[in-house]
Amino acid sequence: MTSNLKFSELQELAAEILGVEPDQVGLEKSFARDLAADSLDLVELIAAVEDKYDVELPEDTLEAMHNVGDLWEFLQANARQEA
Amino acid sequence: MTGMGFITPIGKDLETVWTSLVEGVSGVGLITHFDTTAYPTKIAAEVHDFDPEMWMDRKTARHIGRYCQFALAASLQALDQSGLDPRSMDPDDVGVIVSSGIGGMEEIERNHTALLERGVRRISPFMVPMMIADMAAGIVSMQTGARGINFAIVSACASSGHGIGEAAEIIRRGDAVAMLAGGAEATITPLTMGAFCQIKATSERNDEPQAACRPWDLGRDGFIMGEGAVMMVLERMDHAEARGARVWGEIAGYGASSDGYHFTAPNPEGEGAARAMRKALAKSGYSPDQVGYVNAHGTSTKLGDIAETKAIKSVFGAHAAQLPVSSTKSMHGHLLGAAGALEAAATILALDRGVLPPTINLDSPDPECDLDYIPLRARPKKVDLAISNSFGFGGHNATLVIRAAESTLEVPVLQ
Repeated sequence: MTSNLKFSELQELAAEILGVEPDQVGLEKSFARDLAADSLDLVELIAAVEDKYDVELPEDTLEAMHNVGDLWEFLQANARQEA
Repeated sequence: MTGMGFITPIGKDLETVWTSLVEGVSGVGLITHFDTTAYPTKIAAEVHDFDPEMWMDRKTARHIGRYCQFALAASLQALDQSGLDPRSMDPDDVGVIVSSGIGGMEEIERNHTALLERGVRRISPFMVPMMIADMAAGIVSMQTGARGINFAIVSACASSGHGIGEAAEIIRRGDAVAMLAGGAEATITPLTMGAFCQIKATSERNDEPQAACRPWDLGRDGFIMGEGAVMMVLERMDHAEARGARVWGEIAGYGASSDGYHFTAPNPEGEGAARAMRKALAKSGYSPDQVGYVNAHGTSTKLGDIAETKAIKSVFGAHAAQLPVSSTKSMHGHLLGAAGALEAAATILALDRGVLPPTINLDSPDPECDLDYIPLRARPKKVDLAISNSFGFGGHNATLVIRAAESTLEVPVLQ
């Protein structure tokens, strides 16, 4: 369990991939509805998140997440990345 | 032709491109896109300081290949200059042909590296849309609203010669009122450059990049890879006139043929090229003697230079001795699938402005190449009718006949 992850880093990563501004990536935001992410965007996001946080993020796990906060909780619980 | 857009090694807008063409400015330099240490060729005509976000939102820029970014930027310029808006007319009447010789090579290479180094799950889901050679036409439709006939033409270095010719035919046969047509290429990449080096087709004059592309000169040693996109708005004449658009020139004829000879070498007699020129002239209704300028394919390879010279002599006969011919590739390099569009645009501008662009670096002409190639400096000359040649690996030949908008020639009655 790592608790020293920085949320701003996830914001920057997701913003880069989804083509939005980092501050738009709020905890309560839905990937599809609020951030206009389609299925191709999510595949790209999975690859980037897995690389950065050294986790495995199966597609159905991400699909079951409702918003950015769910992903953030998952990363805090599973990330092996040293911040 | 009512509008043109340019992303090229010699300028990213019409006036800069034209100034480069008349002043003989070379766009060739050392390759900056990747490390060329191991490469015999270290030079190319790159597009520098291209910011895709001037032309599209960040997400679109991120999800389309470099050659598609060029195509979209050039298309938006062309529409802007033309004043044509597909959304303000029946969008089904506006078609798009963006030709590319190869498509998104950079994206293929990047993803193949990701596959080998990091596995299948690191292949981008956007790789296929970024690389397929038809996607530029699709993107231009999505971003401009043009919903008519839409595809790409792939015929190597003749791609956009064919593209513009076919677009004009589509309008002529009534399947579109207007067409955005041209070509886009972005292949200054490690794999593509390496492959062309292996063909021994590219110049190795690395210490003098701006002197490297020298069509018809004894010192030539191969072509110079270029990149970029040129798009133009072709439009039915009555439509252009009804909306008061400025007409820059007209596609008066188009002819195409195949050498049926070799993968990469042209027929040494230029026989296939000659057939394309003859067909194009026959379709235009004009005779060879009425042509006042030839914008040659002129790649700066020995085989190609000689074959095209022979072809021009066989088509124009005695008139060839007084016929100015130039290769603007000497300045902008070889844009492969975008070459025909850039050269057709250069030809239209030459007729519009009454100045024929030169063949730079032509210091010591090859005795086997003895036409008037407008060496070194541009030549002021009013010309009414010109042709532009494009030939491609595979033996594809395409010739466009271009008439000046202010031409004093009578319009022939075509059968």
